[in-house]
Amino acid sequence: MITTHQAEVTLPSDREVKVSRSFNAPVALVYRAHTEPALVKRWMLGPPGWTMPVCEMDVRVGGKYRWRWRADEGGAEFGFHGEFTGVEPNERLVHTERFDPGTVGGEHSGGEALITTVFSAADGVTTVTTMMDFGSQESRDRAVATGMTTGMEQSFQQLDTLLAEID
Amino acid sequence: MVIDSALNATFLALADPTRRAILARLSHGEASVTELAEPFDMSQPAVSKHLKVLERAGLITVAADAQRRPRRLTPEPLRAAGAWIEQYRTIWEGNYKRLDALLAELQQPSKPSTAARRAGRASASPKRTPSRRRR
Repeated sequence: MITTHQAEVTLPSDREVKVSRSFNAPVALVYRAHTEPALVKRWMLGPPGWTMPVCEMDVRVGGKYRWRWRADEGGAEFGFHGEFTGVEPNERLVHTERFDPGTVGGEHSGGEALITTVFSAADGVTTVTTMMDFGSQESRDRAVATGMTTGMEQSFQQLDTLLAEID
Repeated sequence: MVIDSALNATFLALADPTRRAILARLSHGEASVTELAEPFDMSQPAVSKHLKVLERAGLITVAADAQRRPRRLTPEPLRAAGAWIEQYRTIWEGNYKRLDALLAELQQPSKPSTAARRAGRASASPKRTPSRRRR
């Protein structure tokens, strides 16, 4: 039987957000899906109606990455960029993250977030825990609110259609 | 959705473990400042300071008992904060559902090679070619 997993979001401190989710796949595969641009582009799309035309990742300590999303309707764009500061294949990824407001605007917090992604395997299930440290509560709340703003503009009904297409 | 100042006050109030413990205590029923200070190694003024933060965030109110002035939990801001987190979670879950599908696809033999194997079997045993079956 296939177990379905749910993402869990918690606020461990006033400047952090933690997201945890398990997957029915070996850790090496889950790690690949997080580090190979061709694979990342297929799932890290945020709300329905957005694509990821730019996904460049030089996954090694000191290597840079650049992600940019684009709305199918209206063509709004925004992105993130930063540098990998910790790379332990199949175990841990650490990178800095700066918000690039693109055309969606929004205030630039000026702050740099530190994102730590931990991969852990047990009984064929891989758990991915992402800890985002935004440096201050203000930056955290703004980052989360920005993430939701783009989401709220889209109809979540599109999600089912999209999932059916990929399946 | 724009995060408003009320929600900010809620998160600020919830960021402190003592204040979360106070709310947990109040979820069982109202309590006076003295009662709330008891389980904590803390002076009453220190507890009062935490209570002020909780009150400003609208998480507690002072019940109408002039003597004890018991504090009472107001659950609405907590619900708003919960809804806020749930919306954020939905975005991640959307991404992760796509990742589920991708991982399932990567773990299956790719479609072209499956077709190739079928073609191989078909040529080895001509009786089972699709064209013959169709007849």
